[in-house]
Amino acid sequence: MVMEIVCPAGTPAALRAAVKAGAHTVYCGFNDETNARNFPGLNFNRSEMRDGVAFAHARGAKVLVAINTFPRAGDEAIWHRAVGDAEACGADAVILADLGLLDHASRNHPGLRRHLSVQAAAANADVINFYAGTFGVRRVVLPRVLSVPEIAAINAEAEVETEVFVFGGLCVMAEGRCSLSSYATGLSPNMNGVCSPASHVEYNEDQGVLDARLGGYLIHRVDRGEPAPYPTLCKGCFSAGEKAGHLFEDPVSLNAERLIPQLQKAGVTALKIEGRQRSKSYVAQVVRNFRAAVDALEARRPMPEGMLARLSEGQAMTTGAYKKTWR
Amino acid sequence: MELTVGSNQFFWPAETWSGFYDDLTRSPVDRVVIGELVCSKRLSFYQDRIPEAISKLVEAGKEVALTSLALVTLKRERKLTAELAEMGVTVEINDLTALAYLLEGSDFSVGPLVNVYNEGTITWLASRGARRVCLPPELPIGSVETLAKAATDLGIAIEVWGHGRLPLAISGRCYHARLHGRSKDNCQFACEEDPDGLDVLTVEGRPFMAMNGVQTLSDSYACIDHQIELLRSAGVSALRLSPQSKGFVQLCTLYRQRIDRTLSEGELANAVLSFNPGVHLSDGFLTGACGAEWSGTSNS
Amino acid sequence: MPLAPLSLSLTVFSRKIVTNNPCLFQRLGEYGRTDFVLDPIDLPIVLCLNPNDGLPKVKLTRRQTEGTARISGPMAALLGLVHGAFDGDALFFSRDLVVEGDTGAALALRNAIDDAELDLAQEAAALSGPFARPLQQLIALAERQTGLYLTRPEDAAIW
Repeated sequence: MVMEIVCPAGTPAALRAAVKAGAHTVYCGFNDETNARNFPGLNFNRSEMRDGVAFAHARGAKVLVAINTFPRAGDEAIWHRAVGDAEACGADAVILADLGLLDHASRNHPGLRRHLSVQAAAANADVINFYAGTFGVRRVVLPRVLSVPEIAAINAEAEVETEVFVFGGLCVMAEGRCSLSSYATGLSPNMNGVCSPASHVEYNEDQGVLDARLGGYLIHRVDRGEPAPYPTLCKGCFSAGEKAGHLFEDPVSLNAERLIPQLQKAGVTALKIEGRQRSKSYVAQVVRNFRAAVDALEARRPMPEGMLARLSEGQAMTTGAYKKTWR
Repeated sequence: MELTVGSNQFFWPAETWSGFYDDLTRSPVDRVVIGELVCSKRLSFYQDRIPEAISKLVEAGKEVALTSLALVTLKRERKLTAELAEMGVTVEINDLTALAYLLEGSDFSVGPLVNVYNEGTITWLASRGARRVCLPPELPIGSVETLAKAATDLGIAIEVWGHGRLPLAISGRCYHARLHGRSKDNCQFACEEDPDGLDVLTVEGRPFMAMNGVQTLSDSYACIDHQIELLRSAGVSALRLSPQSKGFVQLCTLYRQRIDRTLSEGELANAVLSFNPGVHLSDGFLTGACGAEWSGTSNS
Repeated sequence: MPLAPLSLSLTVFSRKIVTNNPCLFQRLGEYGRTDFVLDPIDLPIVLCLNPNDGLPKVKLTRRQTEGTARISGPMAALLGLVHGAFDGDALFFSRDLVVEGDTGAALALRNAIDDAELDLAQEAAALSGPFARPLQQLIALAERQTGLYLTRPEDAAIW
């Protein structure tokens, strides 16, 4: 079986671009706090979602709807409606993280396929099988803290499909378990669907030196001519003890292109590309690249050389936790 | 209102560890959560002391629960987590993996690192046997009020993070090891040098976070001096105090006095600051615009 | 080139674009009345845009102007962003584009424009009346100067 390429779409235009570029599957979200990329100007209203699903289905592609924030107490109805509307729009699956919402979806929408979001941070076979047995979850998106041998070990024991991130932004913290953003800004991935939100970012350039702040905290200071990474908290430059630098993670982005054959051997079903906040031209290029790679793998041709460096944050790439030395 | 001592987040020498729990037998707290939350590698240094500490605490009239790890990945960690269920003590789950090993219907507690954000989740947890939930520290007061109300109907006791550096993130990567240029597998237990975490500052020198092995904490110490009445009327039944290396029993006493109204609002924070010089306090997650905010007037 | 007639042309042009792409300003959400400043650093002018809830106003000036959000960079990068040929994030990372002021607003504008699949040349060609000509000249000039084709061929093989 050819590995499934799962692509991000922040807008209807990006969805169309991804499908045309060869995406097997596109994931997207509604334009509210129910999804973990709740950024200004992004995402789908209900009629855009219906049209997007129809566009994808007409071309043999699937659409997954991410409803992967944690419903706010007192306002669960917003999230329940999102699940119902995803089903009504014809979505092929919903991607969920919250226990209460998984319970709700499995009881009220049993025919709607459920995937477990990376936000649930299910990092071993026992908890994956627990989610499968309890809520009928059919696929689990694995957290970005696992190495390839660990992924292989999980797949040897897991009763359901797994999907792993291969390209784009890299969370160094276990996803869905991080409150760094709300500590500095009041807005968090879990509650608001945003991390290091643009509304709290300030850039200030003085004689070529660019300061990037988040919630008033200085995250990056770069000299003239140096790249300016977005001030994502965990990739900032800090000091501790006698040391200073990128103490948590360098401003790199994930590229596991070269690990695709190993990930296939490890039993992974689907390869996920991060970046619902990126442009349609980015999405199209990345999709084309990865589709060519999995097609080559399937046809036992050599893997095409990567061309994606310019598109990544800070222009540098890492294979992240997939190589155990990352830790 | 009761006081619960949360699981120790830091790595202390075994003697210090034992001394800490001995002292707690003489402190005015109701409940103690014991065991390793952050890193399974630390456990072998003090694991054999846990049964004795538990029995001393129980003898002193404290309720005891045993925490699970916050992030269960390795085979060894899965085995450790499965064994928790067989210890004969209430398990506090801090990774859902622990729930997979509990017999359906057996009672358990839910720790602050499980995502309990809404009524649906707490209802589902109650149906699985949850009897006590410490809410995630990032929840605002509105959510706490709604959840405490739902919990009362479900027979669940609600705790809120009351004091100590806030657990903000957990990772597969060890930052202490990375800082010392070591791999996680060869960390040489660098985190032991920082019994309350290692301060992380911005490049301008502004305190921001604290590093604790695979865990990232806030620089500031949560202190809910100014929200105790609010939490009490919301129906919150216990405050969670997170262990620190210095003056912890004294700290427990101060919180006890504040709950019993022998200390008034503001006095608790002043007292905490007076014997923790250089420490910053925060209560922004509950009532502020962001977690780092502090609603009191005093701060160093 | 006198700026007042061009400002008028651009205002008319932007309103035409909104009529043809109603989603564009819906996507701006809370930033529907924000003052955006687009500053091509290789030209002696800046462009001020207020979406004005779907009845946009555009003004060209030679002076530095205040705005809620400012995006500055080479004309080619700005036009490439509008036209969707370049990825905005990559342009920001590489510092080809610099954002000042309300970053959220700049992001919303970027995302809204990216979804709109604008074909500036075709939109301009479809214009008639007194405002059409200066604008078509401007677009031809921009294409020559930046080396970007602002026409969107069906399924353009940009990459």
